[in-house]
Amino acid sequence: MELIRIEDVTFRYSDISDEDTGADAPKPSEETPPVFEHLDLTIEKGSFTAILGHNGCGKSTLAKHMNAILLPSGGKVYAAGIDTSDESRLFEIRRHIGMVFQNPDNQIVASIVEEDVAFALENMGVEQSVMRKRVDEALDAVGMSEFKEHSPSQLSGGQKQRVAIAGVIAMRPDCIVLDEPTAMLDPAGRREVMKTIRRLNRESGVTIVLITHYMDEAAKADRVVVMDGGKVILDDEPKNVFSNVELLKEVGLDVPQSTQLMYAMKKSGFDTADTHIINENECADYLYELLR
Amino acid sequence: MIRTEKLTYTYSQGTPFEKTAVNNVDLHIEEGAFVGIIGHTGSGKSTLIQHLNGLIKPTSGKVFIDGEDIHGKNVKLRDVRFKVGLVFQYPEYQIFEETVAKDIAYGPSNMGLSKEEVDTRVKEAASIVGLPDDLLERSPFELSGGQKRRVAIAGVMAMRPKVLILDEPTAGLDPKGREVILGQISEYHRRSHSTVLLVSHSMEDVALYAEKILVMNKGEVFCYDTPPNVFTKADEIAAIGLSVPQVTKVFGLLRQKGIDIRSDVYTVDFAVKTIREYLEQKGRVS
Repeated sequence: MELIRIEDVTFRYSDISDEDTGADAPKPSEETPPVFEHLDLTIEKGSFTAILGHNGCGKSTLAKHMNAILLPSGGKVYAAGIDTSDESRLFEIRRHIGMVFQNPDNQIVASIVEEDVAFALENMGVEQSVMRKRVDEALDAVGMSEFKEHSPSQLSGGQKQRVAIAGVIAMRPDCIVLDEPTAMLDPAGRREVMKTIRRLNRESGVTIVLITHYMDEAAKADRVVVMDGGKVILDDEPKNVFSNVELLKEVGLDVPQSTQLMYAMKKSGFDTADTHIINENECADYLYELLR
Repeated sequence: MIRTEKLTYTYSQGTPFEKTAVNNVDLHIEEGAFVGIIGHTGSGKSTLIQHLNGLIKPTSGKVFIDGEDIHGKNVKLRDVRFKVGLVFQYPEYQIFEETVAKDIAYGPSNMGLSKEEVDTRVKEAASIVGLPDDLLERSPFELSGGQKRRVAIAGVMAMRPKVLILDEPTAGLDPKGREVILGQISEYHRRSHSTVLLVSHSMEDVALYAEKILVMNKGEVFCYDTPPNVFTKADEIAAIGLSVPQVTKVFGLLRQKGIDIRSDVYTVDFAVKTIREYLEQKGRVS
């Protein structure tokens, strides 16, 4: 079943009004070139999709279309069946499709962890007893229950991102769109966040759209979409996407190091090396057969 | 070039929040070395580098740059800062001038250099980081994030410090952007023969560029050695919560499976070479 449908979407930053413009997106006086044109993409319910592309390829802009932060200049976006241009249903859309951004410090508003997680629920006017239950469940889902009475300022980056995710979870969304949630984290923080995302997907069936620059993170998704120049150039299972080593390097991306090793071996005459290998276990299995 | 003696730094000393970030560190970094500094958040690496140009003063212990105690009696910290250039995380937020050229010139101008000398250095630094001449008169705020970051890095390079320290210069960039900036830093190191310290979370990046790796853990030096010697300790490094390059993990797995192959493999090219050598040794080369 499809959850998000992006249909023939074109988007230009010059088409949005001043009040919609974020601080880092200056309002251009003339028509700017489209970020993307006639783009189609659907996200299935319960899936885990990673979106890759170099800086400026339009992937964050696309993500912001998924919950009506941005509206298309042309074409339509349907989120949980709702046309995102229907302003009267904005809150409903945001409740279905939650979003987590790159910088954890920009997303935390309260001075106590559990109050931060409750923030959206309070705005929605959820009853106290229900709110208590949902906040506890959300903190439990991201493994942050023991910190519920802490100040967010005492938390590490990875923990803050998990609190931000809990704030979204508390609204019980169908889908979470994460725009480079690990870019500012250290390896331990990245691992925590990735584990949390995967668990939400596998155990609670939350649909995940993950925008990332880390190929090893994308390798853990069910589906990888690669964007370049405002177009989807690859869309497949991770192993099939990453086997296109040359194409990915051409568009400024990379492949997991295991895939890179397979590629380098192939080029140096090991014909059996398979560039569909994308993680260290498969890679070690292949090499074991070769070397034993 | 850089030497620390029993360097210790305690935050909020005498309060309940007291925390020793750097503990009794003895370090000796050779002149002209390219050093990668690795350690997870809270390992003390940022506190350590801020000592190296006198931004923070040790609670106890000493820092020597070029044989000189930087907190010694006749030493001006201003001179130390010209000698040791520090590029912070997300340096693009520190840009403030009207034009790219003026922003890069800010540091060298403050050193009291002539206008000609400043101009030469601005051009040179801009070329190292790959900023074309026509960008120099533009406002830095019109540039992309990656370009802004390169302006900020060029501003420190233009001071020609004997030691250049960069705190995660590739954070938040895409793979191509990471490769470009690291390539430029490496080129700067090659051309200037200066000492370069690169703080990074990416073992893969450090493995590719650094000649020496400093691993920090809990405020102490876990090890300071060449990449092959560091990656031989892959298990110990994983145990302190750091990740090693994927190829290093692959070779670790092979050894677990009973293949007697070297453990100090950390780049793809070296991995291919090692596999070939192993097969040749067994007389099974194709």
